[in-house]
Amino acid sequence: MAEQRTSAIEFHDVTMAYDDRVILDEVSFVVNPGETKIVMGGSGTGKSTILKLVLGLIKPQGGRILIDGDDIIEMREAELTAVRKKIGMVFQDGALFDSLSVYENVGFRLFEQGVPEDEIEEAVRRMLRFVNLEHTMFMRPSELSGGMRRRVGIARALVGSPKLILFDEPTAGLDPPTARTILELAMKLRDLEGVSSIFVTHRVEDIKLLSSSFATIGEGGDVEFRSEQGSLCLINTRFIMLKQGKVIFSGTDEELWTSDDPYIQDFFKVS
Amino acid sequence: MNPFFEAVYEVQEATLMAGRAFRRALSKPHYLREIITQMDLIGVGSILIIVLTGAFTGGILALNTAPTLKTFGATAKTGQLVMTSLVREMGPVLASLMLAGRVGSAIAAELGSMVVSEQVDAMRALGTDPIKKLVWPRLLALMVMCPALTVVADMVGSVGGWAVSSSLLGVPSSVYISSAKVALTYNDLIGGLVKPIVFGFIIAVVSCRAGLRTHGGTVGVGRSTTQAVVLSDILILASDFFLQKLIQAFT
Repeated sequence: MAEQRTSAIEFHDVTMAYDDRVILDEVSFVVNPGETKIVMGGSGTGKSTILKLVLGLIKPQGGRILIDGDDIIEMREAELTAVRKKIGMVFQDGALFDSLSVYENVGFRLFEQGVPEDEIEEAVRRMLRFVNLEHTMFMRPSELSGGMRRRVGIARALVGSPKLILFDEPTAGLDPPTARTILELAMKLRDLEGVSSIFVTHRVEDIKLLSSSFATIGEGGDVEFRSEQGSLCLINTRFIMLKQGKVIFSGTDEELWTSDDPYIQDFFKVS
Repeated sequence: MNPFFEAVYEVQEATLMAGRAFRRALSKPHYLREIITQMDLIGVGSILIIVLTGAFTGGILALNTAPTLKTFGATAKTGQLVMTSLVREMGPVLASLMLAGRVGSAIAAELGSMVVSEQVDAMRALGTDPIKKLVWPRLLALMVMCPALTVVADMVGSVGGWAVSSSLLGVPSSVYISSAKVALTYNDLIGGLVKPIVFGFIIAVVSCRAGLRTHGGTVGVGRSTTQAVVLSDILILASDFFLQKLIQAFT
């Protein structure tokens, strides 16, 4: 009998409201292991709320949320801490701690766990190398550019090798080359490291690149990014579109491009 | 939510926050470095304003009371009056009000900025409890440093009172010092130290809660800072009344 694989994340009829304002209305979706789920939608449609729910930072009014098969809704803060160790979160503007250096920021999780200093330094160096920012190790977040802050944010999220990464609009407001660097990092994680992720974005450029390119190891042993020609769709990348707190689309990029939903057509036309 | 329920809700949340801070303080990690850093920032960093507050308060007390005492021919009691007012009331209250202004505002602004820039969420996402890492060190530091600084204010104030009495009011030093010495009872001293512990607790809880409930971007940070100072000040003065009554009940 084939081994039953537990989904990385499951949302079942999740409803979330602040006072009278409904943010998410019975949202359901599944993220399979190794899959990247791209969550799209306009501003204020509840995209970032989904990520906060996954981390257990906020509790929904209704529904169930399963992380690796465990229901996190009724969990206490101490139990949630164990769940959060499996998850890396990249915040919109990096959310780096201003009072700490880049080194202390990236190694934050390890410092908190009381890991020996030399191990922390090695792990931080490895992660900063991954995002090409090793030279910033002893700088302060205030000395970094917007793009660098986000890459440091990615490095911080990756410490401890979490199997699930959440990206909250990591490319918003960045110039195209920097945005591409960040998307390539996301592809490296998806295609080479096999991490599951939720990638929240409203940028069509992100959606197109993530659905048409993939990372692979070239003949020289270096990481290469190849573009998919034609209409072959990546099986590890799926999409959901939110509108006013409801999921109005869920499927592959092929289905997305051929959707006749007026909101989706409008979304790609305007953007 | 109407204002009454909102106030009740805030009291509940602040109480829960303080309760959690104390409860979780026992478990590891203990964040000794953060606690010492906060003690340094709050305690050592506030010494100058506390010295100035104490010195002028002592001087003003002498300046105001000596003429009245003179009409009764009791200028020899100036030292006693200055010391009693300082240790029982002026030292704890004024030091705490100054700390609410200097430290409470800084705490609310710092935590508020961390909330609006998602740093507090990031901290929780990285598996760290912000109550333990941010609130507890500030709470403990204020509860220790507020009485310590009050002692400094009392000491400097007594010197300020002596300087004004002997130089401007013509009260001989020996008379001032001997009347100051006999002025205080143990109850005065204990009351004068219990009050600032409570005031430090109030400043920390109010300011941390104001910071952590910040919403609405940079405008929200400004609002939280004002709330922290105003509410701390009012609660310090109100609780002072009840604490004094309580202390008197035991004497």
